[in-house]
Order: sequence, then C-alpha cells, then structure tokens
Amino acid sequence: MNKTRIFDHLVLLLGVAFMIGPIAVAFLTSTHDPYEIHMKGLMTSWGGDFVATYDKVLFEKGGFTGKVTGLAMLKNSFILGIGFAVGKIVLSMLAAYAIVYFRFKMGVVFFWMIFTTLLLPLEVRILPSYEVMTKLGLVDTYSGLIVPLLASATGTFYFRQFFKSVPEELLEAARIDGAGPFKFFVDILIPLSRNMIAAIFIIMFVYGWNQYLWPMLMTTDESFFTLVRGIKQILLVWVGAQIPDYNQAFALAVLAMIPPILVVIVFQSWFIKGLTESDK
Amino acid sequence: MKQVTLSNVSKTYPNGVTAVHPTSFDIEKGEFLVLVGPSGCGKSTILRMIAGLESITEGDLDIAGKRVNDVEPALRDIAMVFQNYALYPHMTVFNNMAYGLRNRGTSKAGIDKAVRDAASMLNLGEFLDRKPSQLSGGQRQRVAMGRAIVRNPALFLFDEPLSNLDAKLRGQMRIEIRALQRRLGVTSVYVTHDQVEAMTMADRIVVLNAGRIEQIGTPSEIYHQPRSTFVASFMGAPPMNLIDADYRGNGRVYLAGGMDLPAPVETGRPGAVKIGVRPESARMVETETAGALPFAIDHVEELGAIRLFHGTLGGQPFTVHTSHEHAVPEGTAWLDLRSSTVLMFDGATGARL
Repeated sequence: MNKTRIFDHLVLLLGVAFMIGPIAVAFLTSTHDPYEIHMKGLMTSWGGDFVATYDKVLFEKGGFTGKVTGLAMLKNSFILGIGFAVGKIVLSMLAAYAIVYFRFKMGVVFFWMIFTTLLLPLEVRILPSYEVMTKLGLVDTYSGLIVPLLASATGTFYFRQFFKSVPEELLEAARIDGAGPFKFFVDILIPLSRNMIAAIFIIMFVYGWNQYLWPMLMTTDESFFTLVRGIKQILLVWVGAQIPDYNQAFALAVLAMIPPILVVIVFQSWFIKGLTESDK
Repeated sequence: MKQVTLSNVSKTYPNGVTAVHPTSFDIEKGEFLVLVGPSGCGKSTILRMIAGLESITEGDLDIAGKRVNDVEPALRDIAMVFQNYALYPHMTVFNNMAYGLRNRGTSKAGIDKAVRDAASMLNLGEFLDRKPSQLSGGQRQRVAMGRAIVRNPALFLFDEPLSNLDAKLRGQMRIEIRALQRRLGVTSVYVTHDQVEAMTMADRIVVLNAGRIEQIGTPSEIYHQPRSTFVASFMGAPPMNLIDADYRGNGRVYLAGGMDLPAPVETGRPGAVKIGVRPESARMVETETAGALPFAIDHVEELGAIRLFHGTLGGQPFTVHTSHEHAVPEGTAWLDLRSSTVLMFDGATGARL
C-alpha cells in the first residue's frame, strides 16, 4: 500500500514538472538580459534582471508611437476578456431563455440557425465583419473589438441544455407564486445557473484574453493593443537592426498568463460544479 | 356552498389525444376531494387545469363563483403542492415560503408573520434559514405545504405530494395533511394513485379511468357500492374478487364447475355477469355446509393481524381475508357466501346491476 502511494506521488510529481517546466523556463529566461538569451538560448537559472525587465515591460512606453505601456496592454486585455465573457453570457442566456421557455414560431429553426454558426468561425467571416465595423465607424474602439464576437452558439447551447434540465415544476411553482417571465428569469433561473455562469465565464474570458487575429485587424491605434499582440510587437519592432528583447517578450508572456490563471483559480470550484453537479 | 365547479371540462392535446373527456363535478367549500385512478387516467390533468397550468380545451371552470378558464394561475387564488416539492433550491426555507407573498406585494411585517405562523404550525421554526438540500424529504414536503399555507388561498391543490416519501413517513404525513386541512378549513383537491390515501383522506373520492369519471362518492360508498368492476377492483387491497358467472334470470347465478349462488339482484335480463365479493366479506369454513362452495387454497399470506388465503373458486382466482386466529385448513376449504355482501356486475360493460 505504502509503496504504491510513493509511486503514485512520483507519477503526479512528474506530471507537475512536465506541465510547469515550460512556464518556469519562460519565467527564468525573462530574468536574463537579451544578449545572453540570444547567445545561450533558453535559461534555467535565475538571471538577476528581474526587476529591471518587468519594470520596463510594465511601465515603459513602447511601440512605434511610444504610446502604450505593458500596463495599458494589460488593461486592454482585461477589457476584452471581461467584455467578452460578460457579453457572451448575457446574450447567450437571453437567447437560451427565449428558446427553451417561450413557444414562438420557428423556435427550433432559430436554435439550429444559431447552432450552425458553430461551423462558421470568425476567420470565415472576418473580412465582411471588418467591413461592417468600418462602416459603423467602430475601428479602434472597444465596442468594435468586442461586439462582433459576442454572439455565442456554444454559450447558447450550454445554457439551453442547462435550462432544459431545470424541472418543469419549478416554473409552475413560480407561476403560481405570481412570478412573470422577467421575475422567473431573475429570481429563479439566474441564481440556479450560478455554476454554469462561472464555468462559461472562465472559458469565455480565456477565449477573449487570447484573441489575436481580430484585435490585430480592428485596431491600428497602439493604445488599444492587448498583451498578446504586445508580445508579437516586441519581437517585430527591434527585429533586423538589433537583437530582439527576448527577455521582455518572455516577461510579457508570463504576465499574460497570470490573469487567466487567477480567473481559473477563483472560479474553479464553481466551474467543476457547473460541469458535473446540479443542485436542483 | 360550491367552491369549484367543473362543467363539461375536457382536455384534448394538439396531437389529438384526449386526456380528459367532458367532465363535470362540484367541490364544496371546505371539502377534501381526492382524485384517484391509475396513471394516465387524467387525474393530474384535471388538477393542472384547475391550477391553470394546463389550458382547458372545452367547458367552464368556476372558482368561487367566477369563471377562471383564462385567468393566470397566480390570480386564481390557489396554492399547489407538487410531487417533487418544487422548492426553489437556492432560497432558504423562509424565502421559499415568502416568495409568493413578495410577488404579491405583501408588507415585510405581514410576510414575516405569515411565514413564522406557518412554520410553527408545521414544526419548521428551526429550519427557516436552511436550504432545501439540507432538509429531509418529509421536511421538504412540509416546506412545500408551508408555501401553500402562507398564501391563505381559496383552494389547495395537491399533486401526489406523498409519493416520494417512504411508507412510514407517508402514513404520518397523510394524517398531518388531513389534520392541517381540517384546521384551516381550506377546500382541497388531492391527486393520488394510492387508493389507501384516497380512502383515508377524502371527504369524497372521484375515481377516474381513461379520462372519464367512473364514480364520485364518499370512501364508504366507493368501497361498498362500487358502480363498476373498475372501481371495485381499483379500490381495496387486496381488491374485490370478481368471478365470471352466468345469470339465467331464475334467481340464481351459475359459476364454472357446476356451482351456483342466489343472485344478489334480479334484472330480468339473462346473460354473462361478474360476481363481486370483498375478501373480508367471504366466510371460510372447514367443513362442507349446505350451499358452501369448495375453495382450493394455493397459498397463505401472513400479515400479522390478518391472514390472506389465495386460491381458486371454480377455477377462478379468489382471495379470502381472515383474522390471524383463523385456522389454516389443508388443501380445500369451503366458502359460505350466504351472509356475504355479493355484488353483481354486467359481464360486458362492467356496470353494477
């Protein structure tokens, strides 16, 4: 029994090392200066440039126009991530509520229409979407970044499945208790969906946080840059003439990981409940 | 005074299935009416039509003298207790009971008083801050009752409220619900498939079969004077013995195996009939007496206070119910039906003759 336990722990530790390894290397590398990295490649030791690098990355204005700091990019990424997550949850909950609880003509057709948009990722419609945003004058705005991607078939589908699993009697009890459609939604359905909302929040936040193609197309003004773009930018700006600031790129990558990790840690207990358990 | 009136109320679903054929009955004020029948008989549909959760295809439903066919459930002045309790899982017991009152705009003090009164009546006082998931089945059912009581409605509707509870608790809650209803004097409609609940709780029973009313009456009428073989066999456990026989219009009915009995009624119309005898009404004797019929015993069920003898009479299944003191005869005994209540039903329609 004891022996197997030690073996189990060994396997787990190996797994942890395997998962953490690349992140640790990225972090350690970011504490060295770029010349060293350029010559020796990835580092596995502590470099001593930690404060200088992270200070520079977070607070020094960079980019072509010198307008954007790492902190500003962090803010932009947050706005994108949270805007995405909240917007998608609100929209898909309302859509699912309509589909599940209201009998309107062609309800099933509408559901499948939403569902088939799963087959059409952003990349397929990226040019027309861009065209529409240009005509609406939404280029270089947060709305332009967020709104076109808000409709979520995945979210609608998850909420639809969840609402369908809510017992019919709950709706009937609420009707007898005098709750109309709005009250039922706010007082009963939203609190019941708590775990589901948390689960979808995580997924959508990370999705929004990691957006790359759409922000690149939609924003030319560097003050709208997100972290993910910033990493790329650092490697681009100094390319050619100088050695790229590898340390800064690594530092940004490490910084870019922290918020999604925090979101997952904060929401994970709900997340797991949302996916596995139902307290109906 | 009539509290609820159904006049030719029927329910046909869009797919053409008729769940309830035109049905009429009244419910008196303060009465405890039980709708009973096998699953699919339409009893829940009738209840849900009274609640307003199901639309009425045709006919009129009046509650307290007002036609309510098109009135929202919340405005019908009713309260309903569901089979699976249907408590709001995210709300405390207090909030579960208070929710309906809040939606009606009752004052905070009024809500507090109503909920606390109901809670003390139902022994829920100490659980007011708990969530439903922290309560036992019986307690949840009490909360559901509480939610109905606080509203002080004109009508309670119960949809098989005890079927999720274990047998012991069921017996206890049966008595509690009935005592509570007597105390509050609120007219109640109670749906169940359990004939024991129907018999023990009802002022009047409505027996339903395949979307039609078979019989309406007090428990005693339903039990002792069933209008059809359906009612006779549905009510009572073990059910009434029903034996195929031949009525020849000469004052006697003839059973298979050359046995005969005096006919309980004279109809003047000879034909196939069914003879109904309640198991406790048949008297079993050990020696052959004049007019006694041979009863072949297959097995005996010991139920403590009583014994059930299962066997055959003229080749047809027959059950006799005796006290536990009754001796267990070997093989064949004799049935003396002269002092028994014997009913006769039409062989084809099942109607009592």
